[in-house]
Amino acid sequence: MNHEVTEEGKAIVVALEGDVDLSSSPDARKILLECVRKGRPVIVDMAGVSYIDSSGVASLVESLQGARKAGCEFALAAISEPALRVLHLARLDTVFTIHESREAALAELG
Amino acid sequence: MDTSPEPAESVKVLEVENLVAQYGERIILDGVSLDVHEGEIMIIMGGSGSGKSTLLRHLMGLERRASGTIRMLGQDTAALTGQEKLELHKRIGVAFQGGALFSSMTVGENIMLPLQEHTDLDLRTMEIMARMKLEVVDLAGFEDLMPSELSGGMIKRAAFARAIVMDPKILFCDEPSAGLDPVVASALDDLILRMRDALGMSIVVVTHELDSAFKIADRMTVLDAGRILFIGTPDELRAEQSERIQNLLHRRTEEETGDPEEYLRRLLGERLDKEGHP
Repeated sequence: MNHEVTEEGKAIVVALEGDVDLSSSPDARKILLECVRKGRPVIVDMAGVSYIDSSGVASLVESLQGARKAGCEFALAAISEPALRVLHLARLDTVFTIHESREAALAELG
Repeated sequence: MDTSPEPAESVKVLEVENLVAQYGERIILDGVSLDVHEGEIMIIMGGSGSGKSTLLRHLMGLERRASGTIRMLGQDTAALTGQEKLELHKRIGVAFQGGALFSSMTVGENIMLPLQEHTDLDLRTMEIMARMKLEVVDLAGFEDLMPSELSGGMIKRAAFARAIVMDPKILFCDEPSAGLDPVVASALDDLILRMRDALGMSIVVVTHELDSAFKIADRMTVLDAGRILFIGTPDELRAEQSERIQNLLHRRTEEETGDPEEYLRRLLGERLDKEGHP
């Protein structure tokens, strides 16, 4: 898994790329938790995520919790259909704020 | 449900070729060959003593085969080193018939167990993963209960949650509906279909519950006396005219249709000589 963190307006955008699975999700978790601690809106751009497993989704859940504690917004953007199915199975598609694209998320939070 | 047979492009996650299993002199599986494709639900069924449970145990790597090949996720399971076997088992989930939950652990601890055994994930991540799986199996909020506090259907669902906590590529289920009332059994069938659709996993189910088998199967394998009698879609199975298949579908046992003299000889422990005389 690769990642890129950029600051766009008020928001921090974390672009994840590749597989977010048992071996890479601890890295994703660390990056996301560091970002949400800054107290600014965080957008996770998932356009480049080819696969995300439960450990990756759990890291997103934990980051959402961290964002709420820090009083900042946390949103997902450009989620692929398979990843959305994983979220839907665990009924998490209703928990996360999900935007169709990074641009749409930035229009709301940036 | 997609019941199309063997899409040409799909990946085979499990390939069994000429599998022979025997206990002592007795041959239990006699040249069994079958494939399971990615995202497919394969039902294995057959009467008592057909060899279906033995086949499942071989697929799960719990038995040593007499001969034949089992390739799982592209790897010949007989050629794996100990470490390679461990890596393969991380990608396989098993829901045992009786649940096989540890009675001294809470439901949540049971579900987290594979993660604690096989990963270095943070405890918080593991807890969230366990709760996610409990949501999937409709047991949200039950993580702190002990297995003894659950009903039979709940134990089965908790066992499913544990079996899928590592997001396996292949899930093996041993008689998931056995001992459950029809409503609970049907809900479990729906769960199997949802898991396949959402997670894309291949699921191998051993069952003798016909309603359940026809509801969830993409393809069905019928075993009889250790041999493959049929492999095909549910529609093809329904259309199959052979007497043995019809007996199975209508729950007629061999004993009911068999020779009364042969039955008596079995009871008396008599064997026939080579010419067929008692």
